Amino acid sequence: MENRIRIFTGHFGSGKTEIAINYALKLNNEGKKVCIADLDIVNPYFCTRDEEKFLNDKGIRVIATPKDLANAELGVIPLETLSVFNDKSYDVVIDVGGDDKGAIALGQFNRYFREENYDMYFVINTLRPETHDVDSIIEYLYEIEAASRLKVNYLVSNTNLSYETTVSQILNGDKIAKEVSKRTGIPIKFTAVREDIASEIKDHEFKIMPIHIFMMPPWRKFEE
Amino acid sequence: MPDKVLMKGNEAIGEAAIHAGCQCFFGYPITPQTEVAAYMSRRMPKIGRVFLQAESEIAAINMVYGAAGSGVRAMTSSSSPGISLKQEGISYIAGAELPCVIVNIVRGGPGLGGIQPAQSDYFQATKGGGHGDYRLVVLAPSSVQEMVDLVQDAFDIADKYRNPVMVMGDGMLGQMMEPVEFKERKPAQLPSKDEWKADGLKGRKEHHVINSLYLKPEELENQNLKMQKKYAKIKNNEVRYEMYNCEKDVDFVLVAYGTISRICKNAIKLLAEEGINVGLIRPITLWPFPEKAFEEVIDKTKYGFMSVELSCGQMVEDVKLASNGRKPVYFYGRTGGMVPSPNEIADAVKRNIGGAK
Repeated sequence: MENRIRIFTGHFGSGKTEIAINYALKLNNEGKKVCIADLDIVNPYFCTRDEEKFLNDKGIRVIATPKDLANAELGVIPLETLSVFNDKSYDVVIDVGGDDKGAIALGQFNRYFREENYDMYFVINTLRPETHDVDSIIEYLYEIEAASRLKVNYLVSNTNLSYETTVSQILNGDKIAKEVSKRTGIPIKFTAVREDIASEIKDHEFKIMPIHIFMMPPWRKFEE
Repeated sequence: MPDKVLMKGNEAIGEAAIHAGCQCFFGYPITPQTEVAAYMSRRMPKIGRVFLQAESEIAAINMVYGAAGSGVRAMTSSSSPGISLKQEGISYIAGAELPCVIVNIVRGGPGLGGIQPAQSDYFQATKGGGHGDYRLVVLAPSSVQEMVDLVQDAFDIADKYRNPVMVMGDGMLGQMMEPVEFKERKPAQLPSKDEWKADGLKGRKEHHVINSLYLKPEELENQNLKMQKKYAKIKNNEVRYEMYNCEKDVDFVLVAYGTISRICKNAIKLLAEEGINVGLIRPITLWPFPEKAFEEVIDKTKYGFMSVELSCGQMVEDVKLASNGRKPVYFYGRTGGMVPSPNEIADAVKRNIGGAK
């Protein structure tokens, strides 16, 4: 049984936002009442809040920095975020900014996390230079746990090279994620794969989660 | 590490500088370039090099002045308002003829402006910024891979001419992620710094002095003439540009640099579907401006040129100088962090060539 609150963390640029949005859409498809909270105080561009209209149209509630303040130079966490803990009718996805710096945003909600169980996911992309091996991934994982004062429950294997991703890269990434899982005792929940190549991976050891890519510069959106 | 990795533009700048042998990075945070400093703060100490967060942008550029004067490769990065603060230091560095790299990840202006992508520092980068008769070589990548390559080239060009080089990208280029490769590079043949670097006497009798102050007007004029010769040489040797869809006769030619050039390519594809044949000149060096690219298409373009910018027409005068009154020059741009869609650019093309008919 999944917990009501899912938190997506990981190294900066590991693909948390894409996975968080896709996860919210998945829950929405299952008929759940879904809320996604954008707690990314690190990134100025390419955030969940950019997809607010699309998500609202799907019936997903988006809690994010108000538009008027989205371009302020310091990240702003809206007061409304508290409602995800209080209104238990929602299934919640929390998109957290990268690294320990981004995870600090979670610390202030610690007392709520002590009252209610949560699922915290740690997203891994082994084609990011700073998380290309087991040791560096584990270093980031522990830093994020320390900063957020929360424990990671699941790993998400999300090795990708954006539009150049190949199946062999994904499989290789899974191997590294598996080693991280072995060393930390944290299970891999799923492998995230871009939807257009998801069918190329067959009989996989881990569950495959096909994902649609949302964060794209204008010329790539046009090419889609 | 794998051959190809996924990097944010700002991180790639840092890693490219490390690959180029940058020994010292001095920075100060400002959106949307802060990840350059964040990346360097993590990487540089691990490899025994210097990362220093200065107390201000002004301090950072003057630290670059000092480090470059001692003969090491040094870099600073900032975004528009921070680059404005650095102008005095940049002028001094140019005056003292020191090689260094300055990165500007441009945001909307003037003033504090906004944090969304812009190109409105074109004048500042290419026509001075600081005081005096100096020039910066200004490189404008349009992808994260090109950013990696140009940052490394920037260090070589700086050393080759003893001149500061700016790498300028809009905020989007800093923030977006693309696959990159750090290719094996042949080491460039560069002049020795032994003749001028201020790194102690090392057995010499005379100190090397780094200076931009001349008490005798004759000497200052001579220094200026010497620098002008250097700039003429740079204009001859270092021009870079990309031509897209310019092989045959075209109805119109767009001129755009940086990420907006990629949206122009989308617009060109849209226009081709309607039977309108449009080419693109993408300046890679903003100074020296690629005038010769215009020579290649001036007779081929039916209705002239259109500068497409994330600014209010700052490149138009260079396009006009390059086309030298032989063909009309138009402008289309958005500012303040607004980025035009391919359709908006295509519509602007149609408006102008309609007018020219």
